[in-house]
Amino acid sequence: MNWADTIIQGILLGGLYALFAAGLSLVFGIMRLVNLAHGDLIVLAAFLILLLVTALGLNPFVATIVALPIMFGIGWALQYLVLNRTLGDDILPPLLVTFGLSVVIQNGLLEGFSADSRRISAGSLETASIQVGPFSIGTMPLLTFLSAVAVIVALNAVFYRTSLGRAFRATSDDRVTAGLMGIRSERIFATATGIAMMVVTIASLYLGTRANFDPTQGPARLIYAFEAVIIGGLGSFWGTLAGGIIMGVAQTLGAAINPEWQILAGHIAFLLVLLVRPRGLFPRAVD
Amino acid sequence: MTDHVFPNWTVSTRTRGTSFATLLIAGAIVLAFVAPFFAPRAVIQDLFFILTMLVLAQCWNLLAGYAGLVSVGQQAFVGFGAYAMFAAVSLLGIDPLIAIAVGGLAALILSVPTAFFVFRLHGAYFAIGTWVIAEVVRLSLAQWKALGGGTGTSLPSGATRDMFGVRLVADLLHVRGPQATDIFCYWLALILAILTIGFIYRLLRSKQGLGLAAVRDNREAARSVGVDPLWTKSLVYLVAAFVTGLAGALIYVQKARISPDAAFSVPDWTAYVIFIVVIGGIGTIEGPIVGVIIFYVLQNLLADYGTIYLLFLGLLGILIMLFAPRGLWGLFADRSGIQLFPIRRILAAKTLTRHDTGGA
Repeated sequence: MNWADTIIQGILLGGLYALFAAGLSLVFGIMRLVNLAHGDLIVLAAFLILLLVTALGLNPFVATIVALPIMFGIGWALQYLVLNRTLGDDILPPLLVTFGLSVVIQNGLLEGFSADSRRISAGSLETASIQVGPFSIGTMPLLTFLSAVAVIVALNAVFYRTSLGRAFRATSDDRVTAGLMGIRSERIFATATGIAMMVVTIASLYLGTRANFDPTQGPARLIYAFEAVIIGGLGSFWGTLAGGIIMGVAQTLGAAINPEWQILAGHIAFLLVLLVRPRGLFPRAVD
Repeated sequence: MTDHVFPNWTVSTRTRGTSFATLLIAGAIVLAFVAPFFAPRAVIQDLFFILTMLVLAQCWNLLAGYAGLVSVGQQAFVGFGAYAMFAAVSLLGIDPLIAIAVGGLAALILSVPTAFFVFRLHGAYFAIGTWVIAEVVRLSLAQWKALGGGTGTSLPSGATRDMFGVRLVADLLHVRGPQATDIFCYWLALILAILTIGFIYRLLRSKQGLGLAAVRDNREAARSVGVDPLWTKSLVYLVAAFVTGLAGALIYVQKARISPDAAFSVPDWTAYVIFIVVIGGIGTIEGPIVGVIIFYVLQNLLADYGTIYLLFLGLLGILIMLFAPRGLWGLFADRSGIQLFPIRRILAAKTLTRHDTGGA
């Protein structure tokens, strides 16, 4: 077995997990909300892309660009109409409402698309690879990883260099004072969830083209995303990328030893980090 | 002047209809115990299902509604309790009745290291942390080849028929083996439900219960008067794990067949339970009782529709959480002032003899 090769595959897989996690990290950083339906929204976006590809005959990448504004709208409306009502000191309403939403999306997809596993075809890209030194690297995994880095760079740029980002940070620090300065937090939150759903859409493109997916896969994606966020430390986008990579490497190493240990190895890596560094590796937010 | 006479205050938890409620509960318990003498087998099986779901719901309600610990991973203890029971019966040849207790104890033991991990997380992160633990336990037990690995296994034939007490039930009611097992499991579930509700009721009326409510309502204020949230919450977490493990073991004695996916199912042991509590009314003992009845009725009405049923439950849960966060029982109790299990302390002045203290 080639260890270096396994680790490179793990790092590239980590890009996918970082994409799952970035949206979760953004929403948590701004409104301290954990969306238990996050994984199901990823699967929902994958079905949306699949629908666009099969119904309109679009290329998956074009379909993703079409899906981006749709998912932004869904995220915006979801936050503005439903989730904003649940925010407050009590942690129960947001948790239970998003848990309900998770069950609704999952069963809605089962009703609409049946339990069959699907795949978004990316044509010859699926099997293409490039040779880097002694290693053969798949083009799709590499694209996934580069997309993850691009998403993290973009999120950091929005968060720290734009007026929208300033509003995000201000609302996150002190919602009431930000309101006094003319920031309408309901709209800021809705925009944040909309952006998170755009990240989710990008993640779902790679979820759907790399492997089969079905309506029941959401909760597992939520768990991987959550583990990546916690490993990286709350409130740090680069930490989330690092967390994703650690999850990816742990899973591929586990799978290399015994295929049945893949998922378990990822969970154990998470528990070890929690044991040694309860606040994650690169914590920023105090929460 | 020093002859202040303070009014004689008393603290009472009685509400309107408390005596009536006591009678009602006693009547329901007696009726439930004698049900197997006249009810058909299908009814007993349904009642068994209702009672075990009620026990799980009461445990989750104690965690989330009173201790503020929103767990999405209680299936860890259902499954672990069930697997421990299976191991005790299949591998060690222990009587299933004792194996149920083994299941509860195993869940209790598992909850100690689990608590160590998940108590490092708060709020929503606690929720997903418990889920991760449940996944770890499920994936680990799927490796246990002696109990069927990922595909699962059945109890040895005859294990439940020869179970302690089943023969007695068969002779008493003149019924055959499998039916006697159902009836015996039903009685066990009934006893477990009564003990669970009784224990939670006593806990909530005790000093610790008051502390729990204080911690839930204001952690800092509770701390400042010497209530240690961590200790109380840990206690609740361990107790809930123990009872959930007992319920899990009991459910699988009756099912007699186990697999990791079924025993650690999120929809069966967590989603249903959460909806039962939310729809009935979180943070009350009556809520899960109302919730489990509604759940059962809905399940029978919509059973043929499969996924639509879960979709409907999810929507109902969301609507209730948004517009009536205290659930159906909360709506009823707010309007009527009736509590079947009164735990709220009400201050009442017994004597209001005013002594003239000369304006001092």
